[in-house]
Order: sequence, then structure tokens, then C-alpha cells
Amino acid sequence: MARVVVDVMLKPEILDPQGKAVAQALPRLGFDGITAVRQGKRFELEVDGEVTEERLAQIRGAAETLLSNPVIEDFTVRVEEA
Amino acid sequence: MTETVKDAEATPDVEQPYRELGLKDDEYARIRDILGRRPTSSELAMYSVMWSEHCSYKSSKVHLRQFGEKQPPTDALLVGIGENAGVVDIGQGWAVTFKIESHNHPSYVEPYQGAATGVGGIVRDIMSMGARPVAVMDPLRFGPADAADTRRVLPGVVAGIGGYGNCLGLPNIGGEVVFDPSYAGNPLVNALCVGAVRHEDIKLAHASGAGNLVVLFGASTGGDGIGGVSVLASETFDEHGPAKRPSVQVGDPFMEKVLIECCLELFAADLVVGIQDLGGAGLSCATSELASSGDGGMRVWLDRVPLRDATLRPEEILMSESQERMCAVVTPDRLDAFLDICARWDVQATVIGEVDDSRRLTVEWQGTVIVDVPPRTVAHEGPVYERPLARPTWQDALQADDPSSLPRPTTGEELRATLLDLVGSPNLADKSWVTDQYDRYVLGNTVLAQPDDAGVVRVDEATHLGVALATDGNGRFTKLDPYAGAQLALSEAYRNVAVTGARPLAVTDCLNFGSPEDPAVMWQFAEAARGLADACLALGVPVTGGNVSFYNQTGDVAINPTPVVGVLGVLDDVRRRIPMGFSAEGEVVLLLGATREELGGSEWAHHMHGHLGGRPPAVDLAAERELATLMAALPGVVTAAHDVSDGGLAMTLVEMALRRGIGAAVALPDDAFVALFSESAARAVVSVPSDLVADVERLASSYAVPLTTLGTTGGSTLAVDGLFEIPLDELRSAWQGTLPALFG
Repeated sequence: MARVVVDVMLKPEILDPQGKAVAQALPRLGFDGITAVRQGKRFELEVDGEVTEERLAQIRGAAETLLSNPVIEDFTVRVEEA
Repeated sequence: MTETVKDAEATPDVEQPYRELGLKDDEYARIRDILGRRPTSSELAMYSVMWSEHCSYKSSKVHLRQFGEKQPPTDALLVGIGENAGVVDIGQGWAVTFKIESHNHPSYVEPYQGAATGVGGIVRDIMSMGARPVAVMDPLRFGPADAADTRRVLPGVVAGIGGYGNCLGLPNIGGEVVFDPSYAGNPLVNALCVGAVRHEDIKLAHASGAGNLVVLFGASTGGDGIGGVSVLASETFDEHGPAKRPSVQVGDPFMEKVLIECCLELFAADLVVGIQDLGGAGLSCATSELASSGDGGMRVWLDRVPLRDATLRPEEILMSESQERMCAVVTPDRLDAFLDICARWDVQATVIGEVDDSRRLTVEWQGTVIVDVPPRTVAHEGPVYERPLARPTWQDALQADDPSSLPRPTTGEELRATLLDLVGSPNLADKSWVTDQYDRYVLGNTVLAQPDDAGVVRVDEATHLGVALATDGNGRFTKLDPYAGAQLALSEAYRNVAVTGARPLAVTDCLNFGSPEDPAVMWQFAEAARGLADACLALGVPVTGGNVSFYNQTGDVAINPTPVVGVLGVLDDVRRRIPMGFSAEGEVVLLLGATREELGGSEWAHHMHGHLGGRPPAVDLAAERELATLMAALPGVVTAAHDVSDGGLAMTLVEMALRRGIGAAVALPDDAFVALFSESAARAVVSVPSDLVADVERLASSYAVPLTTLGTTGGSTLAVDGLFEIPLDELRSAWQGTLPALFG
């Protein structure tokens, strides 16, 4: 068993209303000194067997078509050591 | 380094990328002529977006003039074409403002955000007239229902409209969902908003009074949709040109909601001289239009604009289409009060300029002048083209290919099967899968919404004054005959408003066409505009504004020409509106209007035979007017009324029966097939308690509306005498199953 993590973030130039809302809430709750927040999402994919290059390519394909919206989001794929 | 006016004067021969920005050689030459020098890069950015088809209406202007020239005499129009939206008097001191716009290309690129920001944009147009938005509607058109790209685009578009509109707290009271292969790769996402305003509170986009301040308020400016206007809306979308793909605009409906409330409070406190929303072309558009409509000039300090991305260049700031921003002109003595209200709503507000009497629009960046132009040349005196027109060579062959030779159902069994097939066809099937994702009742003033003929909202909670709105368009009819097709779109929307008992008052239109550089498309456009203007005059309903969307085509293939027409009507008391469903058993079912054999472009020909040819149904504006006058006399007499259009009488009866589960038994004249499926215009079906039938007959004859008794309501089937009987459950499952199976 291995775990592959896909992190999806809005592209830097795209407005992130959720991140903005969090950034505005922080000082209201007394958390000072934070100038900007971007919110993304993280997928943890449990993989059966070894994580081969082929499997990773397959996961990148999934990230590009299902897990992210490549028009407005970027993603990274990495293998998490057990 | 940012290029200043001095730099441009010093280096007259620098090559500029005007072609990449969508400007033609002669347009660039004209800019140089206007300025007496070459433009700076910032000026070039401004002119290129403002002279794009989307902002300048350069190909359509000569045809749109007819809407003013042929405007019917009316007392209802308080503000006409040219402002952010038209304003119509509905009585009791109330006015409504309404407008429809397209967001087609952005919705193809990124369906959710494209459709969402389409809603946001039209809502800000309504706000900028001083009105409180009260409802939205979305006429949508997609490629074939079973096409892979439709499965990508449609769910995203519907979720985007629902997401934005629901967060904003505006009911979505109607619209259309139409499928046709011509929209594959070119979905049409049109958005309409209606707002209510007291007469004395109407606002205009004027920047007047030297010394007054220009305040930008709302969201910060980022790299959203830079070049979106000129690149996206003016060039055919080319998937092999990723360099042209702009960054997508992302909407923030909660920001917009706060902005609405903030604006209404600013208006109530009378703190605004002029106001303009920021939509396509962003600050370039807002500053030049405000200055151009005012009486002087304007000076803008661009480096004061609050940025989300500090690396933006001045050209990009001028072109950015970041959402949820407004621009107001405020007198200096009211500025503090203005800023206080913005602060209370947590809305960022920044003075970015001032009105002066220079008659120039100047923009400064870090102390140097980067734009110095006559504002009218940017905003209102852009290029105007008399594009060549040519009736398509295939038009005659298309009209000659009429549906008379198509095999028709004749036996009861065949007619029954045809009806069930049509009921479940994507265009006629139940649209609840879409409309259930929209909040139709938020604000608590929705009286009628989909699936009724028109959306009805109450405007005044004390007097029950309200408005009815419907949008319609039929690209197949318009392809067969653009002049008649546009008139049929108006006729249907007018009729949909009238059958609720409302008095039709005014029109907004969204004209969706292919490339204006194609003479055949331009001919379609010219014919449609002429047809619509003539019909508006004949029906006495002025066009108050709208939008033109060109370049809806893939390669050389244009969409079916699709004028979408929105009609607004007034109901003095919404409690007297007429619903569309049969509401009691044992009532008499009457058909108003005359049926002819008219199957060209019909849903039957389209769905059963994949056929498009012949002539569309005949336009009869006098009959539409008489039917509307009759309908206005029928509240309190008839218990239900429903217009006859797509799918013919058969579909009208099915929808009336399924609405509340009350069936009907009807008898049809000799040619049952024509009676059921012909799409003749100027018709409606009503149900009447038997003791009031004589009243309807008398009224119909006094307004010269033909009347046919069809049968009676009741039972749990739709029965056609001597031909077939279909249980409502069977109809319902055929009708409701289609969209969930495709998109569920």
C-alpha cells in the first residue's frame, strides 16, 4: 500500500473567494500578521501495490480530468512515504 | 517601463501589436488620427477593448438604430436604449428595469464560472440604474443532449447560475433550455435580470460636475479576463491557440450581495451623482463611458486602484474584468458619508479620479500621463461598419424542402407513440432537473416560475402590483426565415406574458449570431433586427436595450441565428394572474386562435425526422394583439391558460394536465395530426368553469379571436376522442425521465 497525494490550488491569478473570506476572518478572531490566504484541496489516493511511473502517469491523468479543473486550477502529484 | 504620452510622442515609429489586440489596420490608423500621434500601450489597450465588437457594436449599430426609429408611441419608457438598462413605468410610482445579456464564450471555456459571472454582470447592470434586483432568468442553448461536450458544459452552466444566483438571494423565475446540433461548441448562455425602483430613484451613468470625485468600490482588481472582451468575444474561439486563452473571471456572489445592499443604501442617502458597473472592458469602459456621457472630462490616478496582484501593469489594470466592482461619481462634500456607508458594509472604496472640464480622459501612473484621449472617441464614437449582406445561396433550397413529404402518424396508435416520443424529447421534456437547482422562491415574492409560461414576481407587497417576464427564441424558425423567426420569438414571449393575464409593456433582446464578417450571417442579422423592430412597432412594445453576441461559430459553421426576446408585462394585482395547469375537474377546455398546417421547423420535424426545412409558422401580429387583449379580460373567468408553441397543442395539453395531475378528454377536427403537432402562432388553451363558457365566447368574438371547444378536464388520462388515451402517469414518466437520465 502506498499513498499518492494530489494537491489542487487555484492558479495564482484566479480570484479565490474562500481564501479571501478566511483572510478577512482571521484578524477579526485575533490572528494578526497574516496578509493573504489561498485555499486549495488535497486528495489522498491509496494505491494498491507499488507506485510505478505508469501508475503515477495514470494518476496525473485523473488529476487533470477529474480532480482538478485545469482551466482555473494547478495541481501537484507526489508519493507520500509510509 | 510604463509608456507615457511623452514617450509615444518621442517615438512615433514604434511597431505596435494592434493586430494581436484585434484592431484592423484602418482602425489603428484612425486612433493615430484622433490622437495626432501614436497611442501609448495603455491607450492602445483601451481602444482595442472598447472598439471590439462586444463593446462598440460596430457591426450591429446600423441595424440596431431601427429599434429607436421604429419605436412605438409609449408612455411607459422612462429610460431607453443606451443606458445600462432600460426603465419602464409600471404604475403606482414604480418602475422596473430589465435587460438580457450573453455570456456565451466564457461559459464554453469554463462553464461554472462563465455562467456565474454572466449572472453577476447583468445584476450589476440593473443595480447601476438605482434599482433593487428582484429576479433573474436564464435562456440556455446547448449542442445535442447526448453529446459529450454538452455533458461537460450543461451541468457546469446550470450549477454556476444556481450557485451565483442562490448565494445572491435572487429567485430564478424562468428561461429556456434548448438543444440543437448547431450549438455544439457554441452554447448560448444568456442572462436576464429585472429590478424594481421608485421613479424618483432612477440613476444614470453620467459623470458631471467638475471637481466631483470618481470612486471605485467593491472587489480588488486582479488579472481576471484580461483581454477577455477583445480576444474572447471578438474572435472565433480556437482551441489550438492557448496563448489567447485569458484567465477566467471568478465570481464572488457574497461580495456582490454586499455590493447590492451597499449601493441601495448609497442611493437612498442620495450620495451618488452618477454610477456605472464594471463589466466587459473593466475600468476602460467605466471611465470612458462615464466621462463621455458627462459634460466634462476625467482624470484618473490609476496607481490608486487597489490590486489583488501587485504585478499587474497599467494596461492590464485598465483591461481587467475582475468582478463585483462599481464606479461612482460623488461630490466632495458627500465623500465622507459615501465612504462611511462603504465601510459599514465592509466594501473597499477608493477615490481613483476626479471629474474636470478638460473634455479629455487622462490617466496617470506614478506621476506621468499614460492616457490622454477624448472620451467620446473611446466610448461612443468607435468604428461603425456597414458590413456586406448576402442572402445565403442555400436559403431557397432550405425553404423549398418543406416537411410535407415526411411520413406522418395517422392511426391512433401511431399518434399516441409520436406524442410519447415527443414528450420525452430533450427540447420538450420536463426541465425540473435544471430549474430545481435554482432557488425560485427566495425573497418570497415569486408568484409564478418555471414551468409556467412566464415568471411573475410581486413588486409592491402592499398593492400586489407585479411584473411578468418571459424569454423565447427559436433558432430553427429564424434559420428558415430570419425576419419571421425574430417576430415569432417576440410573438411567443409576448403571448407567454399575456396568458398570465399581464399587459405586455416592453422588450429586451439578446441577438446571438455567427460571424458578422460572413455576409450570409450578416444578412440573417439584418433581417432579424428588421423583423423584430417592425414587430415591436406593431405590438406596441418598445425595445429598451439588450445585447448582441456575434462570432458564435465553429470554423465556417455558424449557429442557427438565435434572437432571444424577453418581454416584460405588468399585472396590477398578481393575485389575479392566470396559472397554466388545469385546476379543477369538469371544466371546459377551449382553444383560442386558429390552427393551420404549419410544421416547418417544428419540434415534430426536428425530433422525429431530424428535418429542418420549409417555412416557419405564419406571423400574425394582429392576432397576437387580439389574443393578448382578450387574455387581459380573462382573469377571474378562466382558471388556467397556457400558450401553444413548441410541440403544438399536444404538448400544451400534456403540460396543463401534468401540472396538477388533472387529465382531459378532447375531440379534435379531421386532421388530428395537424391539430396536435402544428405550431401555428397566436394560440392558447384555456380552461373555464362551464357556467362561464358563454362569457369567454362573447369576449372572444368581440376581440375577433377564433375559439374552438376541445373537451373537458378530469380523470387521470389524456384522452383524444376515437384515437388514443394515455394515463398521466405514463406521460409523466416519459416527460420527467429524460434530463435526469442524461445528466443525473
